[in-house]
Amino acid sequence: MNSTMNLLIGLAMGLNLLALGSGRLPAIIRVMSVQGVVLGVMPLLLEYSFDWMVALVALVTVAVKGFVIPSLLRRAMRTAKIEREDEPLIGFVPSLLLGAGGTIAAIAGARMLPLLPEHAGTLLVPGAMASVMTGLILLIGRVKAISQVCGYLILENGIYIFGLLLIHSTPLLVESGILLDLVVGVFVIGIIVDRIQRAFDSLDTRKLTVLRE
Amino acid sequence: MIQILETLARLAMWLLLAPLLPGVINKVKAWVAGRRGPPVLQLYYDLARLWRKGVVISTLASPGFVAGPAVAWVALAGAAMLMPLGPAGSAISFRGDVLLLVYLLALARFCTAWAALETGSAFEGMGAAREVSFAVLSEVALITAVLALSVQTGNVTLSDMLSHSVGSGAMLLAAGLFCVLLAENCRVPFDDPNTHLELTMIHEAMVLDHSGPPFAVILHGASMKLLLFAVLLSQVVLPVGALPPLAGTAALAGAVLAVVVAVGLVESLTARMAFRRVPLILTASFLLCLFALLLALKGGA
Repeated sequence: MNSTMNLLIGLAMGLNLLALGSGRLPAIIRVMSVQGVVLGVMPLLLEYSFDWMVALVALVTVAVKGFVIPSLLRRAMRTAKIEREDEPLIGFVPSLLLGAGGTIAAIAGARMLPLLPEHAGTLLVPGAMASVMTGLILLIGRVKAISQVCGYLILENGIYIFGLLLIHSTPLLVESGILLDLVVGVFVIGIIVDRIQRAFDSLDTRKLTVLRE
Repeated sequence: MIQILETLARLAMWLLLAPLLPGVINKVKAWVAGRRGPPVLQLYYDLARLWRKGVVISTLASPGFVAGPAVAWVALAGAAMLMPLGPAGSAISFRGDVLLLVYLLALARFCTAWAALETGSAFEGMGAAREVSFAVLSEVALITAVLALSVQTGNVTLSDMLSHSVGSGAMLLAAGLFCVLLAENCRVPFDDPNTHLELTMIHEAMVLDHSGPPFAVILHGASMKLLLFAVLLSQVVLPVGALPPLAGTAALAGAVLAVVVAVGLVESLTARMAFRRVPLILTASFLLCLFALLLALKGGA
């Protein structure tokens, strides 16, 4: 069970690096949705016996992160007629190296943390830290609003992996509340993206800082 | 005496089999595109034709123009002698021979670039600059892969490094080394061997002014390098050295064929990459090898 989960988290880490290296917005959205699906099935692996509430949360997570949010983002892209190429503030190669360095540091750093014995052998903590780091790099290193949203979602995926550590003690209500927040957030961002596009003819967030009446 | 004969037979096998690989790649490409394509032995015909032709040498060029390809070819043949062939082992094997392999490959590249610069043409200088700047990245990936192998097996001899199973990092290493193979041999996502558009040429631009026998030597050396990388990649994934002789040789030949077919498929299914994306892919292949190295370190600790 642990090895399957480590494989899935390793896959999620690989997807992090893929998101950092891909220059096209649809590619980043696809990577983010695949990561959402990979992480969504993980609660099922953590349970020893089948629990219908956990299964429900897993199903909803997969549906929301894998299909609803990506389709909202693609819709926003279509209606706002955004260019597909992303311009990085931090270049692709440096951000890829930063992400890889962050991943290695997360794996090395997690060994020093006092973890519960059942979590010590898994990649849960390093995976979470690596995803948070990747999300951060995407948030600060890209200028297009859509890719910043993807960065935010990858960051949230990292927090979600952290949440899996506590799956036996947190009420599932919290998890579903976070999901609801996410959907609303992405929905609002979809509308804002459209507005920014109409007002500035571009989604370059740098233009927002020089806004004057 | 037996040993000398065996080494000679091995050398002859490397030299004779190498030009087969580009032919197989071209056949795969033709098959995917629905053409009949050139015969598999086309490169042999080309080499024979080039060998009979005369040489045009620029008045500017020093003897390095001819010496460069020759030294590069000898270096590649030497590298081929170091490479173990499954259960048969390598012709020359000593502690740390893997470093010599890496340096011989670098020497071959240096000599090709040197010969290209000898012509004094700006175009060939550009090709040499491109080749060398991409090599900086692909060499790092190759060295990291070698490091991962030696950490995993606790050995610095090629034949021992390649006869053990690499374990969980094998797939990462294979993906990384496949990218390095494509980049080092100027195959499609990095360079197009058939292109004659000056803006996109890398390797072809370097060898444009060579003709006759020196050009034949360059082409043959390139095919030997492709065979070398294919053999290395197959042995990283499959520890064929541990199998009985006949099965091991068959497995190695099958794996090399699979690698070559994969190169052909990549070539027909993907387009040439934009120039500025190349460093990104090479960095990614370096990272793949780096993660394999980390896995090896973690497994060993």
